[in-house]
Order: sequence, then structure tokens, then C-alpha cells
Amino acid sequence: MASKVIHALYIDDDILMDAVKKVRAEHYHIEEVYTPFPVHGLDKAMGLPHTRLAITSFMYGCVGLTVAILMMNYIMIEDWPQDIGGKPSFSYIENMPAFVPIMFELTVFFAAHLMVITFYMRSKLWPFKKAENPDVRTTDDHFLMEVDAGNHDVDQLASFLGDTGAVEIKVIDKEEDNH
Amino acid sequence: MYTLSNRLRLFSVILMVVGLVGLIVGFGQRPGSVEEVKEMMAAHDAHGGGHGESQVAESGHGNQGHGEEDAHGGDAHYEHILHQLQNKPWASLYVAAFFFFMIALGVLAFYAIQFASQSGWSPVLFRVMEAITAYLVPGGIILFIILALSGFHVNHLFVWADPEVVAHDALIQGKSSWLNGWGFIIRAAIFLGGWLLYRHFAVKYSRKQDEDTEGNKWYKKSFKISAGFLVFFIYTESMASWDWIMSFDPHWFSTLFGWYVFASLFVSGITTIALISIYLKSKGYLEFVNNSHIHDLAKFMFGISIFWTYLWFSQFMLIWYSNIPEEVTYFITRIEDYNLPFFGMLVMNFIFPILVLMNSDFKRVNWFVVMAGIVILCGHYIDVYNMVMPATVGESWFIGISEISAVLLFLGLFLFVVFRALTKAPLLPKGNPYIEESKHFHY
Repeated sequence: MASKVIHALYIDDDILMDAVKKVRAEHYHIEEVYTPFPVHGLDKAMGLPHTRLAITSFMYGCVGLTVAILMMNYIMIEDWPQDIGGKPSFSYIENMPAFVPIMFELTVFFAAHLMVITFYMRSKLWPFKKAENPDVRTTDDHFLMEVDAGNHDVDQLASFLGDTGAVEIKVIDKEEDNH
Repeated sequence: MYTLSNRLRLFSVILMVVGLVGLIVGFGQRPGSVEEVKEMMAAHDAHGGGHGESQVAESGHGNQGHGEEDAHGGDAHYEHILHQLQNKPWASLYVAAFFFFMIALGVLAFYAIQFASQSGWSPVLFRVMEAITAYLVPGGIILFIILALSGFHVNHLFVWADPEVVAHDALIQGKSSWLNGWGFIIRAAIFLGGWLLYRHFAVKYSRKQDEDTEGNKWYKKSFKISAGFLVFFIYTESMASWDWIMSFDPHWFSTLFGWYVFASLFVSGITTIALISIYLKSKGYLEFVNNSHIHDLAKFMFGISIFWTYLWFSQFMLIWYSNIPEEVTYFITRIEDYNLPFFGMLVMNFIFPILVLMNSDFKRVNWFVVMAGIVILCGHYIDVYNMVMPATVGESWFIGISEISAVLLFLGLFLFVVFRALTKAPLLPKGNPYIEESKHFHY
């Protein structure tokens, strides 16, 4: 089944922000907004839920800390104990200060890398992926708001979007499977 | 305009009176002779049990530089403890005086940074910061008097001020061109004078800017003196931390000590800004301060707490790893004699803030920020305590009447001065060019 969406293009982020608020106030459904740069506060205006990326980052950090502790315990205490600077490695806790930099680095390393990978997976991004933006001008200086036409009157919706400051309005027949 | 409520005024006056009385009692309880020390320790051992023996066992190390006791054993040990106990009220007075002074100094540095960076988020908090820095005047004068008394050996806080000790100590002799009474006092006067001078003009320009916004003339002046002050501050703060804290252990030195003290005073200052802003908001003032401002302050509390830990650990790990006797004694005395405050402050200043303030949402919940703030402030009091006490009272430390009274005295004075200063000007610096941006600041 084909669904109709309306692409409304804006040329200013302030006008876009106002338009998003107006469209949401009229209970139209915004599918997506494409912008050339991150627009501060747009996620809140669109009513997107808060990101859970920070929670995953905390968990990855905990994993990194654990890996560091286990790794240093195996390498420096169990497998090959050495006497460095008059501090023989007989126990982990007594040599712990020497391992703190590694614990810190691996915490940051795991948190940062796994968080980026999670972000890519969650955003369905991978190398050589074809860009999804419907209009190349959104990579330059235009902002595009994709509104679901649904069961609304398309002409009425289009004129409403024109009143919000859109410079161009296109009605797109969209196949269900390509978004 | 803020009006100082009678309850708050009464509360701060009561704190000051109770603190002063307690401190006088603390000074009065100092043992006058070796016999009194023996009596006190006998009474203490009767119910404490065995504590005295461990002190005898440990008296061989630590407190390098107390040249009075050349031979350990017999009365020399008791004389040693006598000196420590005679020092105790002075040291607790010093810790509290320095702690509240460093809060105000941290706020002054934060305030100057806001101007120098032309920050847009913070102008709504400027009057709170200006009021906290008002404490620099009485706090600085009191600190200067205590420093002068110590530098000229009226008390025994600084061993380098004791000519007897210096005569037998080649290391201190080598440093005496820097560590001597007059040099100490002159430097303190320059440091304090420079900071107070900046404070005076910064507040004056800020008030003038409200009356006359034409061309932002006063704001530009504020910007210039703030940038100049920050250069002056980072040098003088570093030197002040050598003089006023590091010289308690004149044999020991650490090259990042100035930064370490700076991190401590900076985080204490920012925490105090947050606490006082939240208090004023709860009383219905500062209606233009929203939870994004509190969020930003909490981010600073979180970040600078981690910065402090970074410096603490950098200092600790190098000395621990290299294990050079004259360096590592500093940490050995602290770990052996001050185990609980030493590791306790690490929990309060690092683990607690990192866990409580990590979540973004918690940083906008006022009671969370207040709880974390109180723990951070207590933790940094203990930090100063750990820096001062081991060299002045050694293993004879305990949190007694003089420690608590000194904190109450200076807390009372701090609250009184800060909240009285808040009544002096409108709480909104309406002439600041960034005031609209600041009012609409949102995260």
C-alpha cells in the first residue's frame, strides 16, 4: 500500500522550529526532519523520547573497568609476577595504584568505541550505505520536514504548511517498504 | 531586593557565639605541662584502652622537623604530645579559617572566568557570586592575622618559623630565603591585596553597569580586569598554596600542589554557589534562575570533582611508585595516622559525586544537588584537614571541641557576611549585556 507524505522545505532553522511546533499543535504526524546541521532543541520540539545512549555508555564503561581489572590481574599478578621498583606483584590490591591509569583508559576506550558502534547500529548506519536524505539540498542549506499525509486532506495540509513558512511543498507517493 | 530574615541573622550570630565560646574552651583545655599530658593520657587510656601504647610505638616517625625532641623515650615523648596538643586549637582554627576563605576565593576565580569568557548562561547568578566573594574581606583579614601570628612564631604551626628548629635543620636553612617571617607576611599581603583589589573593582563595575548600560563601558572594564586578574590569580594562588599549606611540611614538596589546592577551592566555590542559589530559590527569590542553571552548576561540581581526583591521584601515584623516603613520608603519615579521613575524603570527593551526579536528570533535582554539595563541602574540609593536621598535631588528632567550634564560628561569619552582602544590590544584574540570553538559558 502506498502512503502519501508531504515534503516541506524551509531555509531557516528558527522558522523550522516554529513550524515543527505548529504542526505538532495541529496533531499532524511528523515522520522525520532532515537538517544540514544539528538544530538545538529540535528533538524536544518534535517530541522525540530522550536518548538512552548515555545508559549504554555507563554500562560499557563498567565492562571496560572490569576487563581492565581482570586483564591486569592476569598479566601482572597471576601469569608473570615481577618486582617493579621494589614493589613485588603478590597481590592486586597492593599494586592497584599502578593499574589505575589502565583502568581509566580502558573504561574510556570501551565506553567511547562501543557507544559509537551502538549509535551506528541504532541509526542503521554502516560503511557504503546509500544516503537516505530525500533531497540533496538538506546537506547544504535547506531543512526538510516530512509530514505523514495519512487520512488528512492533502491540499489543506499543504496550504497549512505553506503558512508555516515553507518555501517549497511536494507531495510524495511513498512505497511502504522504502523507509 | 533580598532582605535578610531575622531568623537567618539570629542563626548565624548563634553559630558565631557558640563557635567562639567553644574555641575559647578549646584553647583553655590545652595542656600546660608534661604532667597534664600524662594525666590526660592516663584518663584516656583508662577507658580508651591501649591507644597510648600504639602512640608510643608510632612516635618514631612522622613530624619530621619537630626538633624539640631529639631523643625519643621518657619525657621526650610526652613533651612531643604536649606540643601537638598545644598546636591543636590553632591548627583547627587555621583549617576552618582557610576552608571558608578558599570557598570565597574559588567563587572569585569562577566569577572572573565568567567575565573573561563572556559567558552567556551565568549572569543571572552574578549577584550570588558577588555576595559570596564579600567574605574575602573579613575572611582575608582573619587569615592574614593568623598567618602573621604563625609566621612570627607566636604559635608553633609552621616549624620553619621556629629559629630553634631551623638552626638544626640544613634543609630548612636552604629554604629560609623564601620561608621566613617577613617574606611570608609580605607575600600574603600582596596575594590578599591583589585579590581584594580585583574583588572591589569587579563588584563596583558590575553595579555601575546596571545604572549606565550605554556602550557597555563598565562591562568592558570588567572584562579587562577579569582577564588580568586571572593571570595574577593563577600565579599567586599557586604561591599561596606553597606558603600557607605546603610549608607545613617544609621538607616535602610537590610540583602540582598549587593546582591541587586550586581544584579543591574551585569545586568548593562552585558547590557553594549552587547551594546558595537553591536556598534563595526555595525562599522565592531568583525566579529567573531555572533548572538549567542548576544543571550547569552541577555539571561543574561533577567535572571539577573528577579533576580534583585526577590531581590527587597524579600526586599520590608518582610519590607512591618512586618511593623516595623524603617524599613518601608525607603519604605514610597520612595513611598510617589518618587512615579514615584520608580515604574517607576520597569517597566523599570522588566516588560519591561521580555516582550521584553522573545522571543528567539528577543534576536538575535540587535535593540531589544539595545532598551531593554538602558531602563535597565536608569532603573538602577534610581535605584541608588532611593537608594541615599531620604536620601540626601529628598522631594526636581527633575531631574535638576546637575543630567543631572553629567550623561553627567561621560558618556563622560566612553566612552572616554573604547574606548581608546579598541585600546590598538587586539580585538581577539587569545591565549585563548577556542578561536576556542568561534568562532564557535552557539545556
